[in-house]
Amino acid sequence: MIEFRGVSKRFDDGTLAVADVDIVIPPHRTTVFVGSSGSGKTTLLRMINRMVDPTSGAVLIDGEDVAGVDPVRLRRGIGYVMQNSGLLPHRKVIDNVATVPLLRGTPKREARAHALELLDTVGLDRSLADRYPGQLSGGQQQRVGVARGLAVDPNILLMDEPFGAVDPIVRAELQQELLRLQRDLGKTVVFVTHDIDEAFLLGDQVIILKTGGEIVQSGSPAEILAHPADDFVSGFVGADRGKRELTVTEVDGRRVVVDADGRPAGVLTP
Amino acid sequence: MNLFADAFAWLLDPANWDGPDGIGVLLLQHLLITFGVVAIACGIGIPLGMIVGHTGRGREVVVALSGGLRALPSLGVLTLVALWLGIGVAGPAVALVVLAVPSVLAGTYSAIESVDRRTVDAARGMGMTERQIILGVETPIGLPTLIGGVRSAVLQVVATATLAAYVGAGGLGGILFLGLKTGDYTLMLAASILVIALALVLDGLFAILQRIVVPAGVRASRSGTTRGRPTRRPATTGSPAPAGSSATEGKHH
Repeated sequence: MIEFRGVSKRFDDGTLAVADVDIVIPPHRTTVFVGSSGSGKTTLLRMINRMVDPTSGAVLIDGEDVAGVDPVRLRRGIGYVMQNSGLLPHRKVIDNVATVPLLRGTPKREARAHALELLDTVGLDRSLADRYPGQLSGGQQQRVGVARGLAVDPNILLMDEPFGAVDPIVRAELQQELLRLQRDLGKTVVFVTHDIDEAFLLGDQVIILKTGGEIVQSGSPAEILAHPADDFVSGFVGADRGKRELTVTEVDGRRVVVDADGRPAGVLTP
Repeated sequence: MNLFADAFAWLLDPANWDGPDGIGVLLLQHLLITFGVVAIACGIGIPLGMIVGHTGRGREVVVALSGGLRALPSLGVLTLVALWLGIGVAGPAVALVVLAVPSVLAGTYSAIESVDRRTVDAARGMGMTERQIILGVETPIGLPTLIGGVRSAVLQVVATATLAAYVGAGGLGGILFLGLKTGDYTLMLAASILVIALALVLDGLFAILQRIVVPAGVRASRSGTTRGRPTRRPATTGSPAPAGSSATEGKHH
């Protein structure tokens, strides 16, 4: 479990990125921070592995304040997947995946064998192991990034807009892969995105943030859709434009659900 | 042109290559001075450049300092240090190190600084220590630029090391100063040709080294991106007008 207790962050230039935030992130679930740019979502994520230290308040992992943990040791135990994949361009795919285990002292042969298995896990062909990141497509690079994040079998996986830079088709593919992985692995995933549809698709818990680093609403996607906290949330999830409204019509004795434009979304079962 | 012919003839005469004052020994001395000096300059400039490039701290100081050091007249520094330390190799060595450090320093810190900050951020986020980031990420990726700094230091030192003989430290300058004292232009020209040739050879070797050290992954991604692009040249807008057009234009007026 990850806890934010009264966390604020003011950067050196005076901007308040996060304002007095309390969050509880349950284990083995996916929690999504969603908001537009400047909402402090990435800052919050980076506080978990001490890439950013809070100005006030505390971040706790399983009850232990991360401020007291050596940042290098802390980061080696947490998976971190970034938007631009963050792969080291001068190292082969397999060495990128094996980086952290090698830093932690795993013998090379063992680390490489495990890295190959991880390529299977994220749906990459083993023949890509000896390629360099620059020779892969954007989607493949992101998969390698996920494999690297999983390399030390961490309890926590931080994902900072990992699918933001790939095209919509590949993104949809990667999202499904992540859902499948999460069903199998049950990590504590903290995911950052500015895409509310992605947040609702992936998140067990969704935390909506607005500029200035304030939490506007948190809850399950269903809770947020059912009761948007205010106009901001309604606008953000698209409820105010009728985007999320479905209606039921009778067709030949069956109840068909249609969206605001009259397109069928599915059939209700009794 | 006779002078050149004489100079080459002198250079090609095997008798001039042998002996304790022969070209062979002086060339070796020259190389030893050059590489000794550059090694010391690397010992100072590379670690300092790594720290400055990695932390971004002290950048202004380094820029100002290396600019200032470059402006120092080498012969002046050499004479000053020789007066202070006495005749021998110490004076020229100090002067040449002062000359070489700015190039190495600037090459190193721009090499480190040129590495994509997102890559560095990712390395840190994975749990690499700052030392591991510098040595395992920034240095290998920036190595061609770093070698470029060493390359220009070598070039400057190999040329300026000629002055070492001025205070009796040996090297190819010995031939030049001998020619100067005796008014023998053939000797002076021959010495100059030797130094120029040596500089060109060393520069060529470093140019090759600079190509070799480009990390395979970086090279691969470069060729990868070109492969991904269409081979057809993009249409150019505003292309220069054909030669005849200005003449036709002239007729209209």
